[in-house]
Amino acid sequence: MTDSVVEEIPADTLSLLDGTEEARYGDFGIPAAVLAEMTHRCPLQCPYCSNPVELERAGDELTTEEWKRVMTELADLGVLQFHFSGGEPMVRKDLPELVRHAREVGLYTNLITSAVMMTEEKVKELADAGLDHVQISFQGAEGTAADLIAGFKGGHEKKLAAAKMVRDAGLPLTVNAVMHRQNLDQLPEIIEMAVAIGAARLEVANVQYYGWALKNRAALMPTVEQLDATTRIVEDARERLKGTLVIDYVIPDYYAERPKRCMGGWGRQFFNISPAGKVLPCHAAETITDLEFDSVKGNKSIEWIWQNSDAFQKYRGTGWMPEPCKSCDFREVDWGGCRCQAYALTGDAGNTDPACSLSPMHDKIFKLAETEAVTDDRDFKYRNYANARTFTAAE
Amino acid sequence: MTEAAVTMAPAFDEDARPKLPRYARLHFDKARDRWVLLVPERVMVPDETAVEILQLCDGERTLAEIIDGLAEKYAAPRDEIAVDVAEMLSDLAGKGFLIDNREDNTP
Repeated sequence: MTDSVVEEIPADTLSLLDGTEEARYGDFGIPAAVLAEMTHRCPLQCPYCSNPVELERAGDELTTEEWKRVMTELADLGVLQFHFSGGEPMVRKDLPELVRHAREVGLYTNLITSAVMMTEEKVKELADAGLDHVQISFQGAEGTAADLIAGFKGGHEKKLAAAKMVRDAGLPLTVNAVMHRQNLDQLPEIIEMAVAIGAARLEVANVQYYGWALKNRAALMPTVEQLDATTRIVEDARERLKGTLVIDYVIPDYYAERPKRCMGGWGRQFFNISPAGKVLPCHAAETITDLEFDSVKGNKSIEWIWQNSDAFQKYRGTGWMPEPCKSCDFREVDWGGCRCQAYALTGDAGNTDPACSLSPMHDKIFKLAETEAVTDDRDFKYRNYANARTFTAAE
Repeated sequence: MTEAAVTMAPAFDEDARPKLPRYARLHFDKARDRWVLLVPERVMVPDETAVEILQLCDGERTLAEIIDGLAEKYAAPRDEIAVDVAEMLSDLAGKGFLIDNREDNTP
């Protein structure tokens, strides 16, 4: 008998399980985890929401039977984990039924929720259906700031109560904290809160600026000093809380020299499905308005869409790259950074991500961010259907 | 400091009845033709030996019984097997992905 080994791989960066690093990251076999936006309806109005500005309507959402068919198809393809996201997935009355189906076809189920609709009864229903894991978003460490950011009075208290219900039901909990200028100073308290409510994981994710967040950038952009402090706080907490709390940290790329390896590379390790069934290379992909996306409602299989559709092929690999990416030594490390950010900031998704210091647009754009960070703009343009109409009409 | 050798994981004694908690699931991945351990936000990839051990962690068998069985099957010295099994299990337990199903398990 040889030494036994259990290797640990983040599900969202895993495409193949062949063992070698090259096979795991070098191909685009079916992703191990898929994120499903069950709905864009949500009681919260967070001004940095990752949903597209043009929110999909309840009437366009996939039916219960359509979602079940999608889950079965995903499981057959080799998808292992299914994230029930939104909007607020608990808005869907059929959520327990869908969780049950996901489990029946062998998927590991994760609920990503604001938790403001959670009750004892619903937790029990979901746990009985076989739910494996719950992720609750928090907007701050205390109600005053958190409720203002979420645009939902009393939300923070509801979340704390929901977290207790989740833990009492024996479900593992992750706290998801999206950070920006107006709540970064609460990070130490957020970390303590995560430990106190029994979370095993904490995601500290700095806002990524496209869609809603781009419209609110001046009110959200952190200062350089705040970011330096954040990194120190996270590193210190990781050391101190080893064995108690795992902290995943998403670094903001606005002040970085190198762009992020967005989505592990376009069409390489990730896709998500919109409420209406569109198959997207990333949650923000629809901000690139000149791309067309295939839907699970059409006559193409999900496997075909993933492997062959125009939207996935367009920025997959290195063939699409302009200079300075094309000859850059890091082209297969960061895959050119983020397409949505390139589109949002330069008007062409095929440009180098301006987060890269080699982009000709880098200085101009990120000097602007620094300027915005020290303004006293605190007003949010909340994410809701009324603002969605206004913004869509203006564009 | 010999940090690598020190484990923070709760070591199982041989009367423990190890089992996976409800949120860690051993799953056969047909598409890739191998076993995986599904846990929150992660997929763990056990090798053949680890799979065999995990399949024995049913909350009924004691650790002693698991080790005895493997020692017999592989005709290997029990001490060696015991070290190997304990190492893997305490690693998983330290991450919260293995629990002791013993009735009297109050620390």
